[in-house]
Amino acid sequence: MSVAILRQGDYLIASIQSDLSDSEVIELRHQLTELVGRHRSRGIVIDVAALEVIDSFVTRALRSIVLTARLRGAETVIVGIHPDVAIAMVQFRLNLEPLRVALDLDAATALLDRLTQGDARDGR
Amino acid sequence: MEDEARAGEQGRADEVRVAINDDADLVTARAEARAMAQRLGFPRPDPTLIATAISEVARNIVVHVGRGEIVLKPFEDADRYGLEVIAIDKGPGIRDVEAALRVDYSGRGGLGLGLPGARRLMDEFEIASDADTGTTVKMKKWRFRDELARLREERRRRA
Repeated sequence: MSVAILRQGDYLIASIQSDLSDSEVIELRHQLTELVGRHRSRGIVIDVAALEVIDSFVTRALRSIVLTARLRGAETVIVGIHPDVAIAMVQFRLNLEPLRVALDLDAATALLDRLTQGDARDGR
Repeated sequence: MEDEARAGEQGRADEVRVAINDDADLVTARAEARAMAQRLGFPRPDPTLIATAISEVARNIVVHVGRGEIVLKPFEDADRYGLEVIAIDKGPGIRDVEAALRVDYSGRGGLGLGLPGARRLMDEFEIASDADTGTTVKMKKWRFRDELARLREERRRRA
């Protein structure tokens, strides 16, 4: 499968390496849901820069990953949406809730740090 | 006559056909469309818009019918160039085409975003569908060869 998933502290970093088929997108959701439990990850970053198209199916799958991961105790941030893909998504009028996005990996981990700190406080 | 035949052959040589049988074929259709759009000179972000629209109509074929075909056809006239996309299947047809183009339609198990979204990404969009012949979606994206020349000409005509 053309996604590399790395562990970085409390976070999982999933880097998509090439355009994905629908089944590969579904497979990615299974893997992430599974890995969040195994590594007790608090956050996921998904780098989608290699995706040539983010259409209604991929958007729905990303939303599903976000919601599923949240039920497993992890927050998700999407990074690397190509400018042309961003324009297509807006013109398509895809509903992006509850996707959180950041421009790059650093911004994504900073956002995750903030989000998961908030969770820790809520948990006390 | 001979010239005509040759032109016909050339026309066929220009078009690209992608058989759509499973979801991996969507990846091929998107890549072919993007490559052709770039070759024809479409500026950004058009190749991505075209590839996204194709992804939706090709997925409709996979999900609702199982097999079909995407045809990519360049076209041009005096002052425009463009890409026509034809998605063909021999499935049971869409019962209510008007409804399928509304955002909330889910008549065949979809979430009703695909076709209206694809239509917004393209310049022209039409569907012909019935139970006997299946469904054909034709959509076009086009560009004026020289946007500036076109605006000047329009202005001159109005003056």
